[in-house]
Amino acid sequence: MIRIEPRENPSRAFAVGIPILSAVISLALAAIPLLAAGANPITAYGEMIRGVFGSVFALSEMLTRATPLIFTGLAAALAFRAKLWNIGAEGQLYLGAMAVVAIGSGYLDAPGFVLLPLIILLGAGAGAAGMMAPTYLKVRFGADEVVTTLLLNFIILIFLQMMLEGPLQDPMGLGWPQSAPVLDQGMLPPLMERMRVHSGLIIALVLAGIAQFMLARSVWGFKLRAVGENAAAARHAGINVNRSLFGVAAISGALAGLAGVSEVAGLKGYLTSDLSPGFGYTGIVVAMLAGLSPVGVVVAALFIASVFVGADSMSRAMGVSSFLADLVVSMSLLCVLVGGFLAKYRILRTKEVAS
Amino acid sequence: MAEGSAFAPTLFPMTNSTVLRLNGLSKRFGPVVANDDVSLTLAKGEVLALLGENGAGKTTLMNMLFGHYLPDAGSVEVADENGVLQSLPLGHPQAALAAGVGMVHQHFALAENINALDNITLGSEPLLALRRNRQAARSKIEGIIERSGLKAPLNTPVGRLSVGERQRVEILKALYRDARILVLDEPTAVLTPQEADTLFENIKAMTREGLSVIFISHKLREVLAFSDRIAVLRHGRKVGEMATADADEKAIARMMVGADTPKVARTEMAPGGPVLNLTEVSVAGRSKRDTLKGVDLTVRAHEILGIAGISGNGQSALANVISGLAAPSAGHVQVDGIEVAKPSPAAMVKAGIGRIPEDRHHEGIVGAMSVAENMVIERLDDPEVQSRGLLRRDAIRDNAERLTQAYDVRGPGVAASSRLLSGGNIQKLILARVFERAPRLILANQPTRGLDMGAAAEVGRRLLEARERGAGVVLISEDLDEILGLADRIMVIRDGNLVEAGSHDREKIGLMMAGEPA
Repeated sequence: MIRIEPRENPSRAFAVGIPILSAVISLALAAIPLLAAGANPITAYGEMIRGVFGSVFALSEMLTRATPLIFTGLAAALAFRAKLWNIGAEGQLYLGAMAVVAIGSGYLDAPGFVLLPLIILLGAGAGAAGMMAPTYLKVRFGADEVVTTLLLNFIILIFLQMMLEGPLQDPMGLGWPQSAPVLDQGMLPPLMERMRVHSGLIIALVLAGIAQFMLARSVWGFKLRAVGENAAAARHAGINVNRSLFGVAAISGALAGLAGVSEVAGLKGYLTSDLSPGFGYTGIVVAMLAGLSPVGVVVAALFIASVFVGADSMSRAMGVSSFLADLVVSMSLLCVLVGGFLAKYRILRTKEVAS
Repeated sequence: MAEGSAFAPTLFPMTNSTVLRLNGLSKRFGPVVANDDVSLTLAKGEVLALLGENGAGKTTLMNMLFGHYLPDAGSVEVADENGVLQSLPLGHPQAALAAGVGMVHQHFALAENINALDNITLGSEPLLALRRNRQAARSKIEGIIERSGLKAPLNTPVGRLSVGERQRVEILKALYRDARILVLDEPTAVLTPQEADTLFENIKAMTREGLSVIFISHKLREVLAFSDRIAVLRHGRKVGEMATADADEKAIARMMVGADTPKVARTEMAPGGPVLNLTEVSVAGRSKRDTLKGVDLTVRAHEILGIAGISGNGQSALANVISGLAAPSAGHVQVDGIEVAKPSPAAMVKAGIGRIPEDRHHEGIVGAMSVAENMVIERLDDPEVQSRGLLRRDAIRDNAERLTQAYDVRGPGVAASSRLLSGGNIQKLILARVFERAPRLILANQPTRGLDMGAAAEVGRRLLEARERGAGVVLISEDLDEILGLADRIMVIRDGNLVEAGSHDREKIGLMMAGEPA
């Protein structure tokens, strides 16, 4: 028989060492398919590192990729802390993105200091609304939010396609299902000349800091943690569990909506239905890797973005299939997740009771 | 074994031989002694009633027989097919089944969407059998039904059967597996009186064929009517055993509830004005334990009101109303003469009610949060705890340091997760949180359950101290000794009704608890 129990007070070295060790193991495992494809793993890893840190451009690409992951990672981490399983960040991301082009692509021609905050607020609000509805269904009818938020993703995506071929379609777009571009003054300013990394990253980092602080230091965070760890005790102690759930639902949805704002108003400038290559779902992995800690989300998002961007660049440089890059990404994620699990829990072999 | 031979007289001729013997079984859970040196024998064809209050150790004893728990000491012997006692390997759930001991739990383990026949045969077929011999199974079951009178429709999905029928299916399941000894855990708890009578008639029919039965109960009437012999457990020990023919109700009631002297000294004290009034309060619950039927209750200052009763008679509903977790479907709740308009846990805390919950791990603390945080979880609005929405962490830590000192909460420090504390120290943490706010009324629901003597005495001392200070106390407990020792006034809860006990007469209360006319 195997029993799993949480480790109490794991040592610092242990907590840091295990993730690093699992990253190393993942690289060793990923060498197998690379060898099979005829590539030299050492060179391949060299290319991977160069693809992320080899130039300012490479670094900028990695940070650009990490930005939406920080938003969606925070969205998942905060909701999961309250045991509210928001699997719908992907849909909420698109709700936020739709709000951006609905207001920012010429509907309202206001100066930037009006338009940009409005875009951000509306995008966050749209994402929040997208999470409030399933939370209401959960609280009122006991509908499992894993199911409702997950399925809402598909509804929202189809709704998006309808909008992109209808009211939101760019009249100048030659019939392509894409939105009109966001006005220049409605765009998040880039951080560097001729680079793609934009100020959405700054917003993400600031929000991660605020979330970390609020979770540990505020009454709101206290209630959130109590509700997540033991809802019955929280309720018994007089904490309004439903209010806490609605609060964190709104914030989680808003963060996912901001990922959409950041991608449209920070990077692409217009909206298509392939805006996100699954940032909402990857955000869940980011949050789990981070142990649901907001600051950890930043680190995990940087790690995952590095693996993505590095593996991509490696497959291009080495001339191996891009599927191999996906394989490397998946293996390293699995290794780090298993490692993270082992760092938090111990697995005991229990002897059968003696006769 | 031959088909249809579960308890066929030809295979098991009636003799007066012993079929089961428990020798000195003991089991401790940490500091709690669940069973202490319990020995029992069961003769062929005999019905043995195992009596005792909740927590007396009946279930633990049966769980050891069935291999769910490994006893700390003692052994079990079961007669084999030839009537020779064989030692049963302990700690192996399959061993008891293989030796012919079957159990029917209070909560049935049936799959609702498949029919009774399949439920009965489920699990006793080889996993990898290519086809099932359903006809043979059916005729074997029909044989059992004919001899025992346990009528159950075999082709109907179990979900559509009545509770009584489901229970018969459970018993048939045990008999189908050739049980020679049947253990029934509170078999009549869910039955109507008519169903109960039928069940006992069936049991009688089966014992005539050589089946031996242990049934766990705390209902005196049916025990006296249907058993051959009675064994009484109390605080984990066997305190009495007698032939039913020689037993009388009063003697059994006394044995069940015990005759110990109260442990905590209580001095008489004149009560003050009312602090809690329940008027005609009803709770429409989904089960008996969550239901109240128009109860009236008054607790005054300087008074401990003990609520005695067998578990599941509405104690949960009463506690939930007082702690704000359940809104009454009818009636009025007044604290200090003021009607509580919208009951909620927060409103009750604000009205000055301190709550010691029944399940301290589940409702009392958030195990993953620190001792210090759990100390303030009920007063997050307090300016001492927060200012402008931010936690005052130094004040929270100082508060916890002070309270852990004052209430002797021992553990790895106030910053450590509260789940690292022992049960007794968790209870002390809750006591500290409750008593520190000098509540007008204290609800203590099973406050000493699972605690060792020291921690239990501490709880009693604190409750008496609060009473002296002028608080009213509602003490809900299944431990009658505790109520007799602490309470100034006693009410008995039964089937969602509260009645004044009128005295501290142990026997009378024991009978009221069991629902017998005193």
